[in-house]
Amino acid sequence: MADAVATRATSATVEAVLRGRHADVRGRLFQAALLSMLLVAIAALVALLVTVLLGAWPVLSERGADFVNSNTSSIESRAGVRQGLIGSLILTAIVAVLAIPLGIAAAVYLQEYARDNRLNRLLTSNIRNLAGVPSIVWGILGLVVFVQAMRAFTGPGDGTPGRSYISGGLTLGVLIMPFVIIITMEALRAVPRGIREAAYGVGATRWEVTRSHVLPYAAPGMFTGAILSLARVFGETAPLLLVGAVTGFLSTGNAGVAETLQGPYTALPTQIFAWSKLPGDEWAANTNAAIVVLLGAILIVNFVAIILRNRYERKW
Amino acid sequence: MSTSMTPTDRISIETLRGSARRRRKESVVRGTLFSSAALSILISLAIVVVLTGDAISFLTNIDLGWLGADGWFPRSNDFGLPTIFAGTMVIVVIAIVVAVPVGLGSALYLSEYAKPRVRRKVKPVLETLAGIPSVVLGYFALKTINPALVQPLSGDAGPFTLAAAGIAVGILVVPLIASVAEDAMFAVPGALREGAYGIGARRRTVSTQVVFPAAVSGIVAAVILGISRAVGETMIVAIAAGATGGASFTVNPFSRGQTMTGAISSLAIGSDQVRGSGQAFNSLYLVGLLLFGMTLALNVVSERFVRRVRKAY
Repeated sequence: MADAVATRATSATVEAVLRGRHADVRGRLFQAALLSMLLVAIAALVALLVTVLLGAWPVLSERGADFVNSNTSSIESRAGVRQGLIGSLILTAIVAVLAIPLGIAAAVYLQEYARDNRLNRLLTSNIRNLAGVPSIVWGILGLVVFVQAMRAFTGPGDGTPGRSYISGGLTLGVLIMPFVIIITMEALRAVPRGIREAAYGVGATRWEVTRSHVLPYAAPGMFTGAILSLARVFGETAPLLLVGAVTGFLSTGNAGVAETLQGPYTALPTQIFAWSKLPGDEWAANTNAAIVVLLGAILIVNFVAIILRNRYERKW
Repeated sequence: MSTSMTPTDRISIETLRGSARRRRKESVVRGTLFSSAALSILISLAIVVVLTGDAISFLTNIDLGWLGADGWFPRSNDFGLPTIFAGTMVIVVIAIVVAVPVGLGSALYLSEYAKPRVRRKVKPVLETLAGIPSVVLGYFALKTINPALVQPLSGDAGPFTLAAAGIAVGILVVPLIASVAEDAMFAVPGALREGAYGIGARRRTVSTQVVFPAAVSGIVAAVILGISRAVGETMIVAIAAGATGGASFTVNPFSRGQTMTGAISSLAIGSDQVRGSGQAFNSLYLVGLLLFGMTLALNVVSERFVRRVRKAY
């Protein structure tokens, strides 16, 4: 007992001597400054979520499900996000079907097949640069290639020729492909060499090694990457302004699948953008409510992705 | 033993190769995967061809003097590039002033000070911030940042200001800068830190004199990536900077203004009305090309810095 007290006293004394007589005030201040920077970032997120929720409360508490179930309208109390939500889901589905498999295939080539030669280095650095292209530039590409040049395929009807779900989905697809490739390549890189070599050792071909050994081990990382990419697609706005998402009223008839996909469309983020420009408190509340729906969808998806990643993350 | 073997029993390259069907499948798969990867080259070419082609046809159709006009009013043939370039620069400077201290400060705290438990809790928060769509941040800038932070600073500030948009772009860029910089700091070998602690350095000294200099390439890359992202950000500017249509030349952050991205988006929204009137719509190809060139240059430079980090450790 007495010994313990003595030891504690000694170690405290030694520490005091080593640290010097004065407290490390500058060190403390520096740490506090760094922490406050982190808190600023967190505060910005909290402030954003709180103001949006407070602003949306009148609409969500009064109309609730009706707001989610109503179509676009020029009357504040009737406008809802149903068409925007459906539009965004269709666009995301197109991207999921087209861009995710292509992106994964490209990543598998670059990570598993490609030798370290000039062409393949060019491909990799080209993809990194594509990932940095501003989204609005992708919109210009979509406008010229998908809306104008491929009009016969993307939307031959009259009214808004070429400005269709297909154009929007293709534009968002090429936009997100570089991200999918980069994230998938990282997931593949994390698979240890020994797993590949064991499979080669028993005579498997490269594709057999990839399909049965590398891909299953990389699957959680690839899956998370795909989900995060789709969440980004869901909130992407700028390119859709160029490839002609309808920002005002949209009438939906009883069109077939092909006609719907080739017809005019709207999306949740473009609807938010259009509403943000309308005057009056009621539209402000509607805008906030639409943001809550958008953020709700994106944050839930992101959260699921992060949980999945933490759950399946393994150290080799 | 070898004498009893017929030539067909001998193990040859042929037998090791396996069946022809298996080999054919292998080459089909390889071809498919390669063409997916090669598609990216096609996409890049498409961007360059589309932008340069249409930008040149725009330039040949206008009087080049219009590009130096004192303002950006495309509908009256004032394509003053200095105006939208200045607007973009104001946004970038404000965004960087916000994002560099916050992003690098958070990164240094998470990498050198935070306990692993705190790190695990805080990183998802930053990832959540990174997942917020820019259209939402734009509305936040218009309705919250501008009245709460910008208007109290200047009596002249209207409902739309470049400053509010710039701050929101800064918030958007924080997670990007923080995560790239933190990766670089995390990659600094522990032995360097322990060497410094061993000769009695304090945590602040280790952070600023050892970790920061060792990670400086990655930190520079993070800041350049942040600038590139700020240059290309569209929706925040389109909502909160308030220049639909045109704007006069200004570098005053408390006034409304137009940026390169904002110019493209407002031309796009009004496209149906504008298309008939002169060259206004086609100017977006030139602005798009300039934007593409600027961000590409920034990304290439930042990639260089990132590669330097990889080489070092």
